[in-house]
Amino acid sequence: MTLAAFAFWVFAVSAVASGLMVISSRNPVHSVLFLILTFISAAGLFVLMGAEYLAMLLVVVYVGAVAVLFLFVVMMLDVDFVEMKQGFLQYLPIGVAIAGLVVVELILAFAAWQMPSDSEFAAASKIATRGSPLAGPDAPNNIEGLGLILFTDYVHYFQIAGMVLLIAMIGAIVLTFRTREGVKKQDPAAQVARRRDASVELKKVKSGQGI
Amino acid sequence: MEQIWTFLTARPTDQGWLWWLIPTTLQALALIVALLVAQAFLMYFDRKVWAAVQMRKGPNVVGPFGLLQSFADLFKFVFKEIVIPAGANKAMFLLAPIITFVLALVGWAVIPVGPGMVGADINVGILYLLAVSSLGVYGIILGGWASNSKYSFLGSLRSAAQMISYEVSIGFVIITVLLLVGSLNLTDIVNSQARAGGGFWNWNFLPLFPMFVVFFISALAETNRPPFDLPEAESELVAGYQVEYSATLFLMFMIGELANIVLMCAMLTLLFFGGWHSPLPEGWVPFLDQIPVFWFMLKTFLFFFMFAMVKAIVPRYRYDQLMRIGWKIFLPLSLFWVVLVSGGMLAFPDLAAYFQSWRS
Repeated sequence: MTLAAFAFWVFAVSAVASGLMVISSRNPVHSVLFLILTFISAAGLFVLMGAEYLAMLLVVVYVGAVAVLFLFVVMMLDVDFVEMKQGFLQYLPIGVAIAGLVVVELILAFAAWQMPSDSEFAAASKIATRGSPLAGPDAPNNIEGLGLILFTDYVHYFQIAGMVLLIAMIGAIVLTFRTREGVKKQDPAAQVARRRDASVELKKVKSGQGI
Repeated sequence: MEQIWTFLTARPTDQGWLWWLIPTTLQALALIVALLVAQAFLMYFDRKVWAAVQMRKGPNVVGPFGLLQSFADLFKFVFKEIVIPAGANKAMFLLAPIITFVLALVGWAVIPVGPGMVGADINVGILYLLAVSSLGVYGIILGGWASNSKYSFLGSLRSAAQMISYEVSIGFVIITVLLLVGSLNLTDIVNSQARAGGGFWNWNFLPLFPMFVVFFISALAETNRPPFDLPEAESELVAGYQVEYSATLFLMFMIGELANIVLMCAMLTLLFFGGWHSPLPEGWVPFLDQIPVFWFMLKTFLFFFMFAMVKAIVPRYRYDQLMRIGWKIFLPLSLFWVVLVSGGMLAFPDLAAYFQSWRS
């Protein structure tokens, strides 16, 4: 067994196992932590496939940012989980129905799937990157290959995705933004610009009299 | 000696996995041991600088000039009892400092300390560093949550928010460097700063000076150093997320934090100060250029000295001031520089050709 195969089995098994633990562990914080482990295992699988850039991005974006916010929310939720588990069974029929539907859909999708051969794959993908087995020694590396495709053929989709994210961000801010009255704020520029004679006044006080 | 060196650096991939695994393991071990020993003395140095600024003597009892103080501290921590609070989530409580400690060391895998002297020369080295440093937040969150104490939990939320905020501007600063260099490989980034024979005027800190300053200050905040040491402000905030930790677990948090600081110093050296290259053109400094890691270590050490001086000189920021600097000043500034650098490289092809001349 080569090292790569060994690493593949480690990552694959831990991805599936921790994915199962996400839905089966009792403590929701543990669930989020297992979700993070799933992400990291998936990132390891990406590295083994030669998609190093996607792997790092998965860790930076999902583990480093999204999952942290998940964890914040789950930790601060004050939910009685025993109470939540009650009435669990009444959702069983609809759950089974949805699961059956997904299985049928997967079967349909896989039945209609035609896996391309290596040569077809090479013809279809415009730029074979250095990590893939089909590429020559001069091939661009992973990131360059991604950039060459993303900013030429798919530049409009890329910009539309950017616009959607921007609008979502502005929407989130608008929904939660409200101006509050009577909040004390610091104005650093005014503080720095303050002169001595504007704030200090010297008075000669006669002894025994006060001001 | 020569044979050992070739054995350690060769790492053949075609002679079976064992011949790849053994040298790699030895390399990693050598790096970690060197790092931990260096850290013991850096900790001592840190305290000495701090003491000198305040006209104290600092540690001076254990060993000559107090040089062995860090080791004495180490033994003190290790021999104390590990107290685990009754209501704590035990597994998570033990896991949190281990995560902090391991992640701080794992980042060093891609740091090129000298020409060809790098654990893993991967194409996305700088992204890997970003990913590892973004994972570092988990040690803190878990530590605070698993302690099952309100003080720890609030402390951990405070520091996690701080680290996430400053990660954003660090990311943008790194992007400006990447745009200038045109590669995510750390070895390429270092070599790009030795164009035309080398010399400090080729280093990235000159064209990107504001970004260098932003990165330095963000590094202070990211590693919870003064003046941004709100997570552990001993006097008013009861040491934040690590208030329930004792003995070896506390030691692991402490070493992890210090390793992160040294990692940030190394990143400053690699991104802005030419890595292992000499500040004068190649061959001007006859003897020191022959020692492969000398310049890298010296520069990293100088940045560590700056970190220590900042700790001694600058008063602590308030939490709202910290957030204001991160989100309202550094983020727009670094975003503006990303646009400026990419626009400049696009508008002036000669400029781009000059900065990316390392490719040929």
